[in-house]
Amino acid sequence: MTKTITLAQGNGGEENNELIKKVFYKAFKNEILERSEDAAVIGNLAMTTDSFTVSPLFFSGADIGKLAVCGTCNDLAMMGAQPKYLTCSVIIEEGFEVETLERIVESMRGELAINGAVVVSGDTKVVPKGSVDKIFINTTGLGEIVQAGISSNNVSEEEVILINRDIGCHGATIFAAREGIEMSSALKSDCNSLYPQVKALIDAGVKITAMRDATRGGVAAVLNEWARQSNVCIEVDEEKLPISDEVKGICEMLGFEATALANEGTFVLAIHKDYAQKALEVLKSFDVCTMASIVGEVTQKYPQKVILKSPWGTSRFLETPNGELLPRIC
Amino acid sequence: MRLELKNLYDDFRNADTIKAYAKIIVEDALKLPHSINIMEVCGGHTHTIMKYGILQLLPSNIKFVHGPGCPVCIMPKERIDHAYVLSQQPNVILVTLGDMIKVPGSNGSLQDARSKGADVRFVYSPLDCLKIARENPDKTVIFFAIGFETTTPMSAALLDTVIKEEIPNILLHLNHVTVPEPMRALISDEACIIDAFLGPSHVSVISGSKIYEEFPRDWGKPVVVSGFEPVDVMQSISMIVKQFIENRCELEVEYNRAVTREGNLKAQALNDKYFHKVDFRWRGLGDIPQSGIGLREEYDRYNAEKIYDAILPKEEINDHKLCICGDILKGKASPPQCSIFGTACKPSSPVGSCMVSSEGACAAYYKYGNLV
Repeated sequence: MTKTITLAQGNGGEENNELIKKVFYKAFKNEILERSEDAAVIGNLAMTTDSFTVSPLFFSGADIGKLAVCGTCNDLAMMGAQPKYLTCSVIIEEGFEVETLERIVESMRGELAINGAVVVSGDTKVVPKGSVDKIFINTTGLGEIVQAGISSNNVSEEEVILINRDIGCHGATIFAAREGIEMSSALKSDCNSLYPQVKALIDAGVKITAMRDATRGGVAAVLNEWARQSNVCIEVDEEKLPISDEVKGICEMLGFEATALANEGTFVLAIHKDYAQKALEVLKSFDVCTMASIVGEVTQKYPQKVILKSPWGTSRFLETPNGELLPRIC
Repeated sequence: MRLELKNLYDDFRNADTIKAYAKIIVEDALKLPHSINIMEVCGGHTHTIMKYGILQLLPSNIKFVHGPGCPVCIMPKERIDHAYVLSQQPNVILVTLGDMIKVPGSNGSLQDARSKGADVRFVYSPLDCLKIARENPDKTVIFFAIGFETTTPMSAALLDTVIKEEIPNILLHLNHVTVPEPMRALISDEACIIDAFLGPSHVSVISGSKIYEEFPRDWGKPVVVSGFEPVDVMQSISMIVKQFIENRCELEVEYNRAVTREGNLKAQALNDKYFHKVDFRWRGLGDIPQSGIGLREEYDRYNAEKIYDAILPKEEINDHKLCICGDILKGKASPPQCSIFGTACKPSSPVGSCMVSSEGACAAYYKYGNLV
């Protein structure tokens, strides 16, 4: 590991994992933390925390406020929990406009309602100009587990892999906004609360084996984590990966892989084969999920590896993204 | 119909077309008098070949030797140190292309320099330097230019604007190199096993296909100038195979969508106005005469290498002795044959040149694996 912290260590990929293991896990080591799930499971409760530093604060499809609620609530939803109680802690730079702050908070309020959650505690710090860039928000969330036993350690050959919608929109949107790339208006962040989709799946009787929202590090990071944690091989059909033309375009221009781009309302599911079609139907009933797709299967071909298969019969490994992808994406 | 970006590549990634070319190549390969080694000179082609699994579609008597055409990979460590040292100077903003971000020099990478407080910025276009310079009138913006013939005109255009608009705070540090010289150096080596070349199309869009005429004519090596999509590469391989079975040795252009014999004369004129050929030391290959591009002396006042001469390191630094990048570039070895491949040498901590950028042969092998 490097002697000083680099931006690559916040990328949600390889370097980030190394930093967490060598510094935080080493100091805080305990059984719950080491399960390395989206949210910690404590009895019937799920708990998680997340900080939000996105730049710009407002972007096509969402803003830092919506993101701060979605991010934390989605981590709870991914453990099969209904988001209930949140804390909201803000660090604001001196000189920040109150009107902008109100817009951000209003956006948080709207998203809390969608989740059926409330903010029950908070903290406000104001720091001198230059100590922080505009505003950073931290939220911690507590949820009540509705379907227990969801874990990324349980993926087996009985499961298939689903993705709920087209991938890479958030990463592509933030990148386009920062680089000043004028794209057609169709490109916007996928930032969205996932609990309604999760609830619909549970209500329809779908048994979920594993679920994870593909935030930093994208779909590639999630699939690799599962392959490693469950000691399986995940084989993905490249042509079945749902990717919009806009995201493909950004990837072409800038040399990215859509599978490595961040998402804020996209999740990967491992579902028993018997429930797969049902799950797909349920997801497709949501407006944002028309591109939901069964993208691959679980095998033992190369345990702990993810394989991407091309439509012309070749295949390659899909690795966990590394290097500095894009700082301050969430 | 509105032209969308995908119209530019969809057809060139068509599965049926790729499979059809694979079939033709396999059938034609049966008629080959001997097995052939094709060098794709450019890292962009290496990337395409690995990303799209092209090697898995080829018969065993057609092999690839991955060439030296990645601008980051061929940069000797002492020049990376130049960038690092320049970034440490007071009131300097060092600007370069994104590929340079994690390349380690003797003291660390530009990413490390930035984490220690240096102002290092990464741009997609050299002309972005103009905006940075305008926004920071009290700072000196140094553009650390890298790349082959394809990116050189952009550096020339930057200098052209700097001079015409009298922008006082932009300097250039040039590390541009050219393609034909290392090709010549490689085939002059007695141990060279290369039978034919795949030439990069974007280089020829600028410099024309004429730069490769000497290879079939004087060296007996066929060249096909190829695009970067998988269909382009498959078609080009097929064209090379046909040359061998028909006993031809020619320069052919697969990428006829944009390549002419003469190339972009305006870009060439802009290059010639400001730049001239210089000797360059290639990482992995050593000194190659007249293979680099430097600023003409009359523009010394824009040349960061001259202005900061006193503080820039001069000593040549070679790669670790276990590193076999030189042999990989010459086709004498393939990445997995290296004893430190994937262990001591990884994309996150590269030891040798070919692991440095995603266009390097070792990095491409590491990233995309090889399931064959």
